[in-house]
Amino acid sequence: MNGLIAVYRRELAAYFQTPLAWVFLAVFAFAAPSFAWRAGRFFDTGRADLAPLFDFLPWLLLVLMPALAMRAWAEERDRGTLEMLLASPIPLWAAALGKFLSAWTIAGLALVLTFPMWIAVNYLGSPDNAATATAYIGALLLAGGYLAVGQALSASTGNQVVAFVLGAAACVLVTAAGLPMVVDVLSDAVPGAAVEAVAELSALARFDSLRRGVVSLSDLGYFLSLMGLGLGAAILLIDARRGVGR
Amino acid sequence: MIRADALTKRFNGVTAVDAVQFTVERGEVLGFLGPNGAGKSTTMRMLAGCLEPDEGRAEIAGYDATLSRHEAQSRLGYLPEGAPAYPAMTPRGYVRFHLRARGFSGSVLKDATEHALGRANLGPAAEKPIGALSKGYKRRAALAAAIAHDPAVLILDEPTDGLDPNQKDGVRALIQEMAPKKAIIISTHLLDEVDTICSRAIVIAGGRLLADETPHELASRGPDNSIGSAFRTLTASSRETLSHRGEEAAS
Repeated sequence: MNGLIAVYRRELAAYFQTPLAWVFLAVFAFAAPSFAWRAGRFFDTGRADLAPLFDFLPWLLLVLMPALAMRAWAEERDRGTLEMLLASPIPLWAAALGKFLSAWTIAGLALVLTFPMWIAVNYLGSPDNAATATAYIGALLLAGGYLAVGQALSASTGNQVVAFVLGAAACVLVTAAGLPMVVDVLSDAVPGAAVEAVAELSALARFDSLRRGVVSLSDLGYFLSLMGLGLGAAILLIDARRGVGR
Repeated sequence: MIRADALTKRFNGVTAVDAVQFTVERGEVLGFLGPNGAGKSTTMRMLAGCLEPDEGRAEIAGYDATLSRHEAQSRLGYLPEGAPAYPAMTPRGYVRFHLRARGFSGSVLKDATEHALGRANLGPAAEKPIGALSKGYKRRAALAAAIAHDPAVLILDEPTDGLDPNQKDGVRALIQEMAPKKAIIISTHLLDEVDTICSRAIVIAGGRLLADETPHELASRGPDNSIGSAFRTLTASSRETLSHRGEEAAS
């Protein structure tokens, strides 16, 4: 636990000691409402809700979360600090979880920056605040899933740009699995059960059900499993380096 | 306190460390000598638990560096080659991070941080980002982090590389001061360092242990009774053996 807390504090401080967290939060604070206002026609829908924001949030997150996660291990490998980390009595699970939680904290802060829009719709009308709250929980879980996938791919390379590209590509796959265009293409090539299985893996479908205010154990289990798989893969990839050297 | 038992490591079929065997007891400072690519850093990484040996075992303070890694690493201070550290952190923050990870907190953390920064003689540089410091100060920041928790075992990969003569003397004095209570390994290319601070010296080349004796005994192997000439004699014969082995493999 000491290792987890030490890594969490160090990583969180590292985000703010460099321009990364500030740039990320500024971009998010600007881009999220811009998408909602421009592309989502926030004021034209005539409804007091945050649907225009949550329509675009998964796509914004799938670009920004890999950007936040790319440095997790790739930077340690590139700078040689991984050797120091591997020689310290910090268990790898604690290092991976500390890195993940610090990035997730930044993601949570970014989501908090969109709260003025929530306050605004309450001023303009009577939105379903419970559904909005579950949508925010869904967005936080989605961000966590993307961060864990991004961390796994960051552990696979010593190059942060490669980690970002691989992470974003993996997040697109996880997100788009259930979209009609993917399902249609797959249904021509593979049996129906397989198509259904792929569609079930879609993070977007899980996020949509949370947006509607439906909180199910299977959706929570899905996001927690995605996070567990991502972090587990990162731990395995880094641990494997003890066998092969730098 | 430190035991390398037939340590062997291969990379892509090439044997980097070949059945290296030695022990270091409390109160000893072992100088680890060898040409570049001899296997010094790989051996140190295996002892520190960063790398797992393909064969043999590494032991720190009675704990297997692979099977009881946490216990072994808790008793170890390690300065990796090149002294890597996080550039955005200050040396003070870096030392505190290492201590927190080892369970230090409150006044004990504060005292241990001050003590380590003072011993590494960082001065006002302790408050500047490591990325903005000179090579010598960066190395001292990493050294401060390695010694902060007062470990029983120290493994220092080229601790004086990049330091000016005064800084080198400072680090050597620090190692000598810590020596009676610890088992210490230092790797170095500076042969006078072995004479100055080491109680024993090991020469390794081509992954093989060529000598393990006192600096005085090692010097007597050279034509002019110096460690430098002994080193050249030992590693030259190793180069011939390796090139002979290469020719045999090619034919």
